[in-house]
Amino acid sequence: MNSSVPALKLEDITCRFAARDGGGAYTAVANASLSIAEGEFVSVVGPTGCGKSTLLNIAAGLLAPSQGSVSVFGQPLIAADGVNRRAGYMFQADALMPWRTGIDNVIAGLEFRGVPRAEAVGQGEAWLRRVGLAGFGDRYPHQMSGGMRKRLALAQTLILSPDILLMDEPFSALDVQTRQLMENELLALWAEDRKSVLFITHDLEEAIALSDRVVVLSAGPATRPIGDFKVDLPRPRDVSEIRMTPGFLALHREIWAAMKEEVLKAYAAQKAA
Amino acid sequence: MRLRSLQILVVCLLVAFWYVMTAPGLIPPFYFDKANRAAFFFGEPQKVFWVIVEWFTTGEIFGHLGITLLETALGFFIGSAFGLAIGLWLALSPTASAVMDPYIKGFNSMPRVVLAPIFAVWFGLGVWSKVALGVTLVFFVVFFNVYQGVREVSPNLIANARMLGASRRQLLRSIYLPSAMSWVFASLHNAVGLAFVGAVVGEYLGSSRGVGYLILQAEGTFDINTVFAGILVLTAFALALDAAVGSVERRLMTWQPRASETEKV
Repeated sequence: MNSSVPALKLEDITCRFAARDGGGAYTAVANASLSIAEGEFVSVVGPTGCGKSTLLNIAAGLLAPSQGSVSVFGQPLIAADGVNRRAGYMFQADALMPWRTGIDNVIAGLEFRGVPRAEAVGQGEAWLRRVGLAGFGDRYPHQMSGGMRKRLALAQTLILSPDILLMDEPFSALDVQTRQLMENELLALWAEDRKSVLFITHDLEEAIALSDRVVVLSAGPATRPIGDFKVDLPRPRDVSEIRMTPGFLALHREIWAAMKEEVLKAYAAQKAA
Repeated sequence: MRLRSLQILVVCLLVAFWYVMTAPGLIPPFYFDKANRAAFFFGEPQKVFWVIVEWFTTGEIFGHLGITLLETALGFFIGSAFGLAIGLWLALSPTASAVMDPYIKGFNSMPRVVLAPIFAVWFGLGVWSKVALGVTLVFFVVFFNVYQGVREVSPNLIANARMLGASRRQLLRSIYLPSAMSWVFASLHNAVGLAFVGAVVGEYLGSSRGVGYLILQAEGTFDINTVFAGILVLTAFALALDAAVGSVERRLMTWQPRASETEKV
Protein backbone atom coordinates (compact mmCIF):
# COMPACT_ATOMS: atom_id res chain seq x y z
CA MET A 1 0.00 0.00 0.00
CA ASN A 2 1.48 3.28 -1.07
CA SER A 3 0.00 5.75 1.36
CA SER A 4 2.10 8.69 0.24
CA VAL A 5 0.05 9.08 -2.95
CA PRO A 6 -3.32 10.63 -2.09
CA ALA A 7 -6.42 8.75 -3.24
CA LEU A 8 -7.87 11.95 -4.55
CA LYS A 9 -6.15 15.25 -5.08
CA LEU A 10 -7.76 18.45 -6.34
CA GLU A 11 -5.22 21.13 -7.16
CA ASP A 12 -5.99 24.79 -7.60
CA ILE A 13 -9.45 24.11 -9.00
CA THR A 14 -11.40 27.02 -10.44
CA CYS A 15 -14.82 26.50 -11.92
CA ARG A 16 -16.64 29.21 -13.83
CA PHE A 17 -20.12 28.88 -15.31
CA ALA A 18 -21.29 31.00 -18.21
CA ALA A 19 -24.11 33.22 -17.03
CA ARG A 20 -27.49 32.46 -18.52
CA ASP A 21 -28.64 36.06 -18.93
CA GLY A 22 -25.55 37.29 -20.75
CA GLY A 23 -24.01 38.87 -17.64
CA GLY A 24 -20.58 38.05 -16.26
CA ALA A 25 -19.61 34.43 -15.70
CA TYR A 26 -20.36 33.00 -12.28
CA THR A 27 -17.33 31.67 -10.46
CA ALA A 28 -18.56 28.81 -8.29
CA VAL A 29 -15.21 27.56 -7.04
CA ALA A 30 -11.92 29.48 -7.01
CA ASN A 31 -8.42 28.14 -6.40
CA ALA A 32 -9.61 25.26 -4.27
CA SER A 33 -7.19 22.51 -3.31
CA LEU A 34 -8.13 19.39 -1.44
CA SER A 35 -6.39 16.12 -0.85
CA ILE A 36 -7.73 12.88 0.55
CA ALA A 37 -5.43 10.11 1.74
CA GLU A 38 -6.15 6.46 1.14
CA GLY A 39 -8.66 5.19 3.68
CA GLU A 40 -9.45 8.66 4.95
CA PHE A 41 -12.99 9.88 5.65
CA VAL A 42 -13.15 13.58 4.82
CA SER A 43 -16.23 15.74 5.15
CA VAL A 44 -16.65 19.03 3.40
CA VAL A 45 -19.02 21.47 5.07
CA GLY A 46 -20.05 24.87 3.90
CA PRO A 47 -23.00 27.21 3.77
CA THR A 48 -25.85 26.49 1.41
CA GLY A 49 -25.19 27.19 -2.26
CA CYS A 50 -21.44 27.42 -1.89
CA GLY A 51 -20.50 25.01 -4.67
CA LYS A 52 -19.98 21.87 -2.60
CA SER A 53 -21.65 19.73 -5.22
CA THR A 54 -19.60 21.38 -7.97
CA LEU A 55 -16.46 20.27 -6.21
CA LEU A 56 -17.78 16.73 -5.93
CA ASN A 57 -18.80 16.59 -9.59
CA ILE A 58 -15.28 17.65 -10.52
CA ALA A 59 -13.84 14.89 -8.35
CA ALA A 60 -16.22 12.43 -10.06
CA GLY A 61 -15.11 13.51 -13.51
CA LEU A 62 -18.68 14.51 -14.40
CA LEU A 63 -17.62 18.14 -14.71
CA ALA A 64 -14.39 19.55 -16.13
CA PRO A 65 -12.86 22.37 -14.07
CA SER A 66 -12.12 25.65 -15.88
CA GLN A 67 -8.70 25.53 -14.38
CA GLY A 68 -6.66 23.23 -12.18
CA SER A 69 -6.13 19.50 -12.13
CA VAL A 70 -7.53 16.39 -10.49
CA SER A 71 -5.55 13.27 -9.85
CA VAL A 72 -6.74 9.89 -8.67
CA PHE A 73 -4.09 7.72 -7.02
CA GLY A 74 -1.53 9.79 -8.90
CA GLN A 75 -3.23 9.45 -12.29
CA PRO A 76 -4.58 12.66 -13.84
CA LEU A 77 -8.36 12.64 -14.30
CA ILE A 78 -9.66 14.26 -17.48
CA ALA A 79 -13.42 14.67 -17.59
CA ALA A 80 -13.56 14.58 -21.40
CA ASP A 81 -12.13 11.04 -21.35
CA GLY A 82 -14.85 9.77 -19.06
CA VAL A 83 -15.76 9.65 -15.41
CA ASN A 84 -13.61 8.69 -12.46
CA ARG A 85 -13.68 4.89 -12.74
CA ARG A 86 -12.30 4.32 -9.28
CA ALA A 87 -15.01 6.32 -7.57
CA GLY A 88 -18.56 5.55 -6.55
CA TYR A 89 -21.00 8.44 -6.27
CA MET A 90 -24.01 8.66 -4.03
CA PHE A 91 -26.31 11.46 -5.07
CA GLN A 92 -28.34 13.80 -2.96
CA ALA A 93 -31.52 13.22 -4.94
CA ASP A 94 -32.95 9.87 -5.89
CA ALA A 95 -30.94 8.40 -8.75
CA LEU A 96 -32.36 4.88 -8.79
CA MET A 97 -33.90 3.63 -12.01
CA PRO A 98 -37.62 3.60 -11.27
CA TRP A 99 -38.30 0.90 -13.88
CA ARG A 100 -35.93 -1.59 -12.26
CA THR A 101 -36.65 -3.66 -9.18
CA GLY A 102 -34.41 -3.36 -6.14
CA ILE A 103 -32.13 -6.19 -7.14
CA ASP A 104 -31.85 -4.99 -10.74
CA ASN A 105 -30.90 -1.55 -9.48
CA VAL A 106 -28.23 -2.97 -7.20
CA ILE A 107 -26.62 -5.04 -9.94
CA ALA A 108 -26.81 -2.29 -12.61
CA GLY A 109 -23.11 -1.50 -12.27
CA LEU A 110 -22.11 -5.17 -12.53
CA GLU A 111 -24.37 -5.50 -15.57
CA PHE A 112 -22.63 -2.52 -17.22
CA ARG A 113 -19.31 -4.26 -16.59
CA GLY A 114 -20.53 -7.42 -18.28
CA VAL A 115 -20.71 -9.65 -15.20
CA PRO A 116 -22.92 -12.70 -15.96
CA ARG A 117 -26.40 -12.24 -14.54
CA ALA A 118 -26.46 -15.23 -12.21
CA GLU A 119 -23.23 -14.14 -10.56
CA ALA A 120 -24.37 -10.52 -10.38
CA VAL A 121 -27.66 -11.49 -8.74
CA GLY A 122 -25.76 -13.57 -6.18
CA GLN A 123 -23.61 -10.60 -5.24
CA GLY A 124 -26.62 -8.31 -5.32
CA GLU A 125 -28.56 -10.49 -2.86
CA ALA A 126 -25.57 -10.46 -0.53
CA TRP A 127 -25.44 -6.67 -0.68
CA LEU A 128 -29.16 -6.35 -0.09
CA ARG A 129 -28.65 -8.38 3.08
CA ARG A 130 -25.75 -6.20 4.14
CA VAL A 131 -27.80 -3.03 3.87
CA GLY A 132 -30.78 -4.64 5.57
CA LEU A 133 -32.99 -5.05 2.52
CA ALA A 134 -33.04 -8.85 2.28
CA GLY A 135 -36.33 -9.91 0.73
CA PHE A 136 -37.03 -6.50 -0.77
CA GLY A 137 -35.20 -7.22 -4.03
CA ASP A 138 -38.39 -7.59 -6.05
CA ARG A 139 -39.84 -4.24 -4.98
CA TYR A 140 -39.73 -1.22 -7.21
CA PRO A 141 -38.20 1.98 -5.80
CA HIS A 142 -41.60 3.66 -5.52
CA GLN A 143 -42.72 0.87 -3.21
CA MET A 144 -39.92 1.65 -0.77
CA SER A 145 -39.53 4.34 1.88
CA GLY A 146 -36.96 7.10 1.59
CA GLY A 147 -34.59 5.30 3.96
CA MET A 148 -34.87 2.04 2.03
CA ARG A 149 -34.14 3.82 -1.22
CA LYS A 150 -31.00 5.32 0.31
CA ARG A 151 -29.86 1.86 1.44
CA LEU A 152 -30.51 0.58 -2.06
CA ALA A 153 -28.46 3.43 -3.52
CA LEU A 154 -25.69 2.64 -1.04
CA ALA A 155 -25.68 -1.03 -2.08
CA GLN A 156 -25.75 0.00 -5.75
CA THR A 157 -22.63 2.09 -5.24
CA LEU A 158 -20.72 -0.20 -2.89
CA ILE A 159 -21.26 -3.43 -4.86
CA LEU A 160 -18.62 -2.20 -7.31
CA SER A 161 -16.26 -1.73 -4.33
CA PRO A 162 -15.00 1.66 -5.49
CA ASP A 163 -11.69 2.86 -4.02
CA ILE A 164 -13.15 6.29 -3.47
CA LEU A 165 -16.64 7.02 -2.27
CA LEU A 166 -18.12 10.40 -3.15
CA MET A 167 -21.25 11.30 -1.21
CA ASP A 168 -23.34 14.39 -1.83
CA GLU A 169 -25.52 15.05 1.22
CA PRO A 170 -26.83 11.51 0.83
CA PHE A 171 -28.97 11.55 3.96
CA SER A 172 -30.22 15.12 3.90
CA ALA A 173 -33.70 14.10 2.77
CA LEU A 174 -34.19 11.65 5.63
CA ASP A 175 -35.82 12.25 8.99
CA VAL A 176 -33.49 12.57 11.98
CA GLN A 177 -33.92 9.02 13.34
CA THR A 178 -33.49 7.28 9.99
CA ARG A 179 -30.59 9.52 9.29
CA GLN A 180 -28.67 8.52 12.41
CA LEU A 181 -29.33 4.86 11.66
CA MET A 182 -28.00 5.31 8.15
CA GLU A 183 -24.95 7.19 9.41
CA ASN A 184 -24.11 4.33 11.78
CA GLU A 185 -24.61 1.81 9.01
CA LEU A 186 -22.36 3.79 6.72
CA LEU A 187 -19.65 3.88 9.39
CA ALA A 188 -19.96 0.12 9.94
CA LEU A 189 -19.69 -0.62 6.23
CA TRP A 190 -16.80 1.80 5.88
CA ALA A 191 -14.96 0.26 8.83
CA GLU A 192 -14.94 -3.11 7.01
CA ASP A 193 -12.60 -2.03 4.26
CA ARG A 194 -11.73 1.63 4.84
CA LYS A 195 -12.24 3.26 1.47
CA SER A 196 -11.43 6.90 0.96
CA VAL A 197 -14.59 8.94 1.42
CA LEU A 198 -15.37 12.48 0.38
CA PHE A 199 -18.58 13.36 2.16
CA ILE A 200 -20.39 16.59 1.39
CA THR A 201 -22.84 17.97 3.91
CA HIS A 202 -24.16 21.22 5.30
CA ASP A 203 -24.62 19.59 8.68
CA LEU A 204 -21.58 20.16 10.87
CA GLU A 205 -22.64 17.58 13.48
CA GLU A 206 -22.92 14.89 10.84
CA ALA A 207 -19.53 15.89 9.46
CA ILE A 208 -17.75 15.66 12.81
CA ALA A 209 -19.48 12.46 13.86
CA LEU A 210 -18.46 10.62 10.70
CA SER A 211 -15.11 11.97 9.62
CA ASP A 212 -11.38 11.89 10.20
CA ARG A 213 -11.10 15.40 8.87
CA VAL A 214 -13.54 18.27 8.28
CA VAL A 215 -12.89 20.87 5.61
CA VAL A 216 -14.82 24.14 5.83
CA LEU A 217 -15.65 26.00 2.63
CA SER A 218 -16.19 29.72 2.31
CA ALA A 219 -19.50 31.19 1.16
CA GLY A 220 -20.04 31.37 -2.59
CA PRO A 221 -19.25 32.73 -5.12
CA ALA A 222 -15.58 31.79 -5.51
CA THR A 223 -15.69 29.11 -2.84
CA ARG A 224 -12.45 27.79 -1.43
CA PRO A 225 -11.49 25.82 1.66
CA ILE A 226 -10.87 28.15 4.60
CA GLY A 227 -10.36 25.67 7.39
CA ASP A 228 -9.15 22.11 7.85
CA PHE A 229 -9.81 20.37 11.15
CA LYS A 230 -8.63 16.98 12.29
CA VAL A 231 -11.24 14.93 14.13
CA ASP A 232 -9.39 12.63 16.52
CA LEU A 233 -12.40 11.12 18.23
CA PRO A 234 -12.02 7.38 18.87
CA ARG A 235 -13.54 4.80 16.54
CA PRO A 236 -15.76 2.85 16.35
CA ARG A 237 -18.25 5.62 16.95
CA ASP A 238 -21.95 5.75 17.54
CA VAL A 239 -23.17 8.93 15.90
CA SER A 240 -25.96 9.59 18.37
CA GLU A 241 -23.77 9.02 21.43
CA ILE A 242 -20.67 10.79 20.23
CA ARG A 243 -22.60 14.03 19.94
CA MET A 244 -22.71 14.21 23.75
CA THR A 245 -18.98 13.80 24.38
CA PRO A 246 -16.88 16.80 25.46
CA GLY A 247 -14.35 16.19 22.66
CA PHE A 248 -17.13 16.45 20.09
CA LEU A 249 -18.54 19.61 21.60
CA ALA A 250 -15.15 21.28 21.71
CA LEU A 251 -14.56 20.48 18.05
CA HIS A 252 -18.03 21.62 17.15
CA ARG A 253 -17.42 24.95 18.88
CA GLU A 254 -14.07 25.41 17.17
CA ILE A 255 -15.30 24.58 13.64
CA TRP A 256 -18.52 26.48 14.04
CA ALA A 257 -16.53 29.60 14.96
CA ALA A 258 -14.77 29.33 11.61
CA MET A 259 -17.99 28.56 9.73
CA LYS A 260 -20.34 31.04 11.31
CA GLU A 261 -19.13 34.10 9.46
CA GLU A 262 -19.41 32.29 6.10
CA VAL A 263 -22.90 31.08 6.86
CA LEU A 264 -24.00 34.60 7.72
CA LYS A 265 -22.37 35.89 4.55
CA ALA A 266 -24.20 33.32 2.44
CA TYR A 267 -27.46 34.19 4.16
CA ALA A 268 -26.97 37.91 3.54
CA ALA A 269 -26.13 37.25 -0.13
CA GLN A 270 -29.27 35.16 -0.56
CA LYS A 271 -31.42 37.79 1.07
CA ALA A 272 -29.97 40.51 -1.17
CA ALA A 273 -30.56 38.47 -4.34
CA MET B 1 -72.13 -1.62 -10.01
CA ARG B 2 -74.42 1.34 -9.49
CA LEU B 3 -72.25 3.30 -11.90
CA ARG B 4 -72.48 0.55 -14.51
CA SER B 5 -76.30 0.46 -14.32
CA LEU B 6 -76.44 4.24 -14.68
CA GLN B 7 -74.21 3.99 -17.74
CA ILE B 8 -76.51 1.36 -19.27
CA LEU B 9 -79.49 3.55 -18.46
CA VAL B 10 -77.94 6.40 -20.48
CA VAL B 11 -77.62 4.11 -23.53
CA CYS B 12 -81.20 2.91 -23.13
CA LEU B 13 -82.51 6.47 -22.90
CA LEU B 14 -80.55 7.51 -25.97
CA VAL B 15 -81.79 4.55 -28.01
CA ALA B 16 -85.34 5.12 -26.79
CA PHE B 17 -85.15 8.77 -27.76
CA TRP B 18 -83.77 7.80 -31.16
CA TYR B 19 -86.58 5.26 -31.67
CA VAL B 20 -89.37 7.61 -30.59
CA MET B 21 -88.15 10.43 -32.79
CA THR B 22 -87.65 8.33 -35.92
CA ALA B 23 -90.29 5.57 -35.92
CA PRO B 24 -92.69 6.51 -38.75
CA GLY B 25 -96.13 7.44 -37.50
CA LEU B 26 -95.36 7.04 -33.80
CA ILE B 27 -95.55 10.74 -33.10
CA PRO B 28 -96.96 13.30 -35.53
CA PRO B 29 -94.20 14.82 -37.71
CA PHE B 30 -93.28 18.29 -36.43
CA TYR B 31 -90.26 19.21 -38.55
CA PHE B 32 -90.42 17.04 -41.66
CA ASP B 33 -93.52 17.14 -43.82
CA LYS B 34 -93.82 13.36 -44.12
CA ALA B 35 -93.96 10.70 -41.43
CA ASN B 36 -91.08 8.54 -42.79
CA ARG B 37 -88.66 11.41 -43.41
CA ALA B 38 -87.06 11.30 -39.95
CA ALA B 39 -86.29 7.60 -40.45
CA PHE B 40 -84.78 8.40 -43.84
CA PHE B 41 -82.35 10.94 -42.43
CA PHE B 42 -81.55 9.46 -39.03
CA GLY B 43 -82.13 5.74 -39.47
CA GLU B 44 -84.00 3.56 -37.01
CA PRO B 45 -82.32 1.83 -34.09
CA GLN B 46 -84.01 -1.55 -34.57
CA LYS B 47 -83.06 -1.63 -38.24
CA VAL B 48 -79.47 -0.65 -37.43
CA PHE B 49 -79.42 -3.49 -34.92
CA TRP B 50 -80.64 -6.01 -37.49
CA VAL B 51 -78.04 -4.83 -40.01
CA ILE B 52 -75.33 -5.53 -37.45
CA VAL B 53 -76.83 -8.90 -36.55
CA GLU B 54 -76.96 -9.83 -40.20
CA TRP B 55 -73.37 -8.75 -40.76
CA PHE B 56 -72.15 -10.98 -37.98
CA THR B 57 -74.44 -13.96 -38.67
CA THR B 58 -73.62 -14.09 -42.37
CA GLY B 59 -69.98 -13.31 -41.61
CA GLU B 60 -70.01 -10.57 -44.22
CA ILE B 61 -68.43 -8.06 -41.83
CA PHE B 62 -65.41 -10.16 -40.85
CA GLY B 63 -63.46 -9.66 -44.02
CA HIS B 64 -63.98 -5.90 -43.91
CA LEU B 65 -63.29 -5.64 -40.21
CA GLY B 66 -60.17 -7.77 -40.60
CA ILE B 67 -58.83 -5.43 -43.27
CA THR B 68 -59.55 -2.34 -41.18
CA LEU B 69 -57.91 -3.85 -38.11
CA LEU B 70 -54.92 -5.01 -40.15
CA GLU B 71 -54.46 -1.49 -41.49
CA THR B 72 -54.80 -0.10 -37.98
CA ALA B 73 -52.24 -2.51 -36.56
CA LEU B 74 -49.72 -1.94 -39.35
CA GLY B 75 -50.14 1.83 -39.18
CA PHE B 76 -49.75 1.74 -35.44
CA PHE B 77 -46.63 -0.44 -35.31
CA ILE B 78 -44.81 1.15 -38.21
CA GLY B 79 -45.67 4.66 -37.05
CA SER B 80 -44.60 3.91 -33.46
CA ALA B 81 -41.33 2.31 -34.59
CA PHE B 82 -40.46 5.34 -36.72
CA GLY B 83 -41.54 7.73 -33.99
CA LEU B 84 -39.42 5.92 -31.42
CA ALA B 85 -36.34 5.68 -33.63
CA ILE B 86 -36.42 9.25 -34.91
CA GLY B 87 -37.47 10.65 -31.53
CA LEU B 88 -34.48 8.98 -29.86
CA TRP B 89 -32.14 10.10 -32.61
CA LEU B 90 -33.18 13.76 -32.58
CA ALA B 91 -33.34 13.96 -28.79
CA LEU B 92 -29.80 12.62 -28.45
CA SER B 93 -28.28 14.64 -31.27
CA PRO B 94 -28.77 18.39 -30.75
CA THR B 95 -27.40 19.30 -34.18
CA ALA B 96 -29.78 17.02 -36.06
CA SER B 97 -32.60 18.24 -33.88
CA ALA B 98 -31.82 21.90 -34.66
CA VAL B 99 -31.65 21.18 -38.40
CA MET B 100 -34.85 19.12 -38.53
CA ASP B 101 -36.89 21.31 -36.19
CA PRO B 102 -38.71 23.48 -38.80
CA TYR B 103 -39.51 20.44 -40.96
CA ILE B 104 -40.92 18.46 -38.07
CA LYS B 105 -43.03 21.44 -37.05
CA GLY B 106 -44.16 21.93 -40.65
CA PHE B 107 -45.19 18.31 -41.18
CA ASN B 108 -46.95 18.24 -37.87
CA SER B 109 -49.04 21.33 -38.52
CA MET B 110 -50.00 20.14 -41.99
CA PRO B 111 -53.51 18.62 -42.05
CA ARG B 112 -52.32 15.16 -42.94
CA VAL B 113 -55.68 13.82 -44.03
CA VAL B 114 -55.18 15.72 -47.31
CA LEU B 115 -52.32 13.34 -48.02
CA ALA B 116 -54.75 10.43 -48.36
CA PRO B 117 -55.43 10.95 -52.12
CA ILE B 118 -51.68 11.20 -52.75
CA PHE B 119 -51.06 7.97 -50.84
CA ALA B 120 -53.83 6.33 -52.87
CA VAL B 121 -51.93 7.29 -56.02
CA TRP B 122 -48.57 6.17 -54.62
CA PHE B 123 -49.57 2.97 -52.88
CA GLY B 124 -52.73 2.00 -54.74
CA LEU B 125 -56.20 1.38 -53.33
CA GLY B 126 -55.11 -1.59 -51.22
CA VAL B 127 -54.00 -1.82 -47.62
CA TRP B 128 -50.79 0.19 -47.88
CA SER B 129 -52.24 3.60 -48.73
CA LYS B 130 -54.30 3.41 -45.49
CA VAL B 131 -51.30 2.22 -43.53
CA ALA B 132 -49.31 5.17 -44.86
CA LEU B 133 -51.97 7.59 -43.68
CA GLY B 134 -52.09 5.92 -40.27
CA VAL B 135 -48.29 6.08 -40.04
CA THR B 136 -48.22 9.83 -40.68
CA LEU B 137 -50.80 10.33 -37.92
CA VAL B 138 -49.24 7.96 -35.38
CA PHE B 139 -45.66 8.99 -36.02
CA PHE B 140 -45.97 12.50 -34.63
CA VAL B 141 -47.78 11.53 -31.47
CA VAL B 142 -45.12 8.96 -30.62
CA PHE B 143 -42.28 11.10 -31.88
CA PHE B 144 -43.09 14.11 -29.72
CA ASN B 145 -43.58 11.95 -26.66
CA VAL B 146 -40.29 10.12 -27.12
CA TYR B 147 -38.48 13.38 -27.80
CA GLN B 148 -39.93 14.93 -24.69
CA GLY B 149 -39.33 11.77 -22.67
CA VAL B 150 -35.65 11.54 -23.54
CA ARG B 151 -35.09 15.24 -22.94
CA GLU B 152 -36.68 15.06 -19.53
CA VAL B 153 -34.66 12.15 -18.21
CA SER B 154 -33.33 13.32 -14.88
CA PRO B 155 -29.67 14.38 -15.22
CA ASN B 156 -29.12 12.65 -11.90
CA LEU B 157 -30.15 9.33 -13.38
CA ILE B 158 -27.73 9.76 -16.27
CA ALA B 159 -24.89 10.86 -13.99
CA ASN B 160 -25.55 7.90 -11.71
CA ALA B 161 -25.52 5.41 -14.58
CA ARG B 162 -22.32 6.94 -15.91
CA MET B 163 -20.68 6.65 -12.50
CA LEU B 164 -21.76 3.01 -12.39
CA GLY B 165 -19.83 2.55 -15.62
CA ALA B 166 -22.50 2.67 -18.33
CA SER B 167 -21.22 3.20 -21.87
CA ARG B 168 -23.17 5.34 -24.34
CA ARG B 169 -24.90 2.24 -25.69
CA GLN B 170 -25.79 1.05 -22.22
CA LEU B 171 -27.10 4.49 -21.33
CA LEU B 172 -29.38 4.30 -24.35
CA ARG B 173 -30.61 0.83 -23.44
CA SER B 174 -31.04 1.14 -19.73
CA ILE B 175 -31.84 4.82 -19.21
CA TYR B 176 -33.10 6.61 -22.31
CA LEU B 177 -35.20 3.81 -23.78
CA PRO B 178 -37.10 2.81 -20.62
CA SER B 179 -37.63 6.44 -19.78
CA ALA B 180 -38.96 7.16 -23.27
CA MET B 181 -41.15 4.04 -23.12
CA SER B 182 -43.16 5.44 -20.24
CA TRP B 183 -43.95 8.45 -22.40
CA VAL B 184 -44.74 6.22 -25.37
CA PHE B 185 -47.24 4.32 -23.31
CA ALA B 186 -48.81 7.56 -22.22
CA SER B 187 -49.40 8.35 -25.89
CA LEU B 188 -50.44 4.84 -26.88
CA HIS B 189 -54.17 5.34 -26.44
CA ASN B 190 -53.97 8.34 -28.70
CA ALA B 191 -51.76 6.54 -31.20
CA VAL B 192 -54.08 3.54 -31.56
CA GLY B 193 -57.04 5.85 -32.01
CA LEU B 194 -55.23 7.77 -34.73
CA ALA B 195 -54.14 4.61 -36.54
CA PHE B 196 -57.80 3.61 -36.59
CA VAL B 197 -58.78 7.04 -37.93
CA GLY B 198 -56.11 6.75 -40.62
CA ALA B 199 -57.42 3.35 -41.72
CA VAL B 200 -61.07 4.34 -41.84
CA VAL B 201 -60.52 7.72 -43.50
CA GLY B 202 -58.25 6.06 -46.04
CA GLU B 203 -60.90 3.46 -46.82
CA TYR B 204 -63.54 6.10 -47.03
CA LEU B 205 -61.55 8.04 -49.62
CA GLY B 206 -60.90 5.11 -51.90
CA SER B 207 -60.85 1.37 -51.39
CA SER B 208 -62.57 -1.87 -52.22
CA ARG B 209 -62.67 -3.41 -48.76
CA GLY B 210 -62.89 -2.42 -45.12
CA VAL B 211 -65.53 -0.97 -42.80
CA GLY B 212 -64.92 2.52 -44.18
CA TYR B 213 -65.72 1.13 -47.62
CA LEU B 214 -68.96 -0.39 -46.31
CA ILE B 215 -69.98 2.99 -44.93
CA LEU B 216 -69.12 4.72 -48.17
CA GLN B 217 -71.18 2.19 -50.18
CA ALA B 218 -74.20 2.55 -47.92
CA GLU B 219 -73.97 6.30 -48.11
CA GLY B 220 -73.97 6.09 -51.90
CA THR B 221 -77.40 4.40 -51.79
CA PHE B 222 -78.76 6.60 -48.96
CA ASP B 223 -78.90 3.53 -46.73
CA ILE B 224 -78.57 5.48 -43.49
CA ASN B 225 -79.17 2.42 -41.29
CA THR B 226 -76.09 0.68 -42.69
CA VAL B 227 -74.03 3.84 -42.21
CA PHE B 228 -74.99 3.92 -38.55
CA ALA B 229 -74.34 0.20 -38.21
CA GLY B 230 -70.83 0.73 -39.60
CA ILE B 231 -70.22 3.60 -37.22
CA LEU B 232 -71.39 1.56 -34.23
CA VAL B 233 -69.21 -1.43 -35.16
CA LEU B 234 -66.20 0.88 -35.56
CA THR B 235 -66.88 2.50 -32.21
CA ALA B 236 -67.15 -0.85 -30.47
CA PHE B 237 -63.84 -1.99 -31.90
CA ALA B 238 -62.15 1.30 -31.08
CA LEU B 239 -63.21 0.79 -27.46
CA ALA B 240 -61.96 -2.81 -27.53
CA LEU B 241 -58.58 -1.68 -28.91
CA ASP B 242 -58.34 0.96 -26.23
CA ALA B 243 -59.05 -1.62 -23.54
CA ALA B 244 -56.40 -3.92 -25.02
CA VAL B 245 -53.84 -1.11 -24.93
CA GLY B 246 -54.82 -0.37 -21.34
CA SER B 247 -54.18 -3.96 -20.27
CA VAL B 248 -50.82 -4.11 -22.08
CA GLU B 249 -49.87 -0.84 -20.43
CA ARG B 250 -50.78 -2.10 -16.97
CA ARG B 251 -48.71 -5.22 -17.50
CA LEU B 252 -45.60 -3.41 -18.76
CA MET B 253 -45.68 -0.41 -16.48
CA THR B 254 -45.85 -2.18 -13.12
CA TRP B 255 -42.94 -0.09 -11.92
CA GLN B 256 -44.95 3.09 -12.03
CA PRO B 257 -46.64 4.16 -8.84
CA ARG B 258 -50.39 4.31 -9.06
CA ALA B 259 -52.38 6.79 -7.05
CA SER B 260 -52.91 5.63 -3.46
CA GLU B 261 -51.52 2.20 -3.99
CA THR B 262 -51.37 -0.03 -0.96
CA GLU B 263 -49.75 -3.37 -0.54
CA LYS B 264 -52.02 -6.39 0.02
CA VAL B 265 -50.77 -8.30 3.02
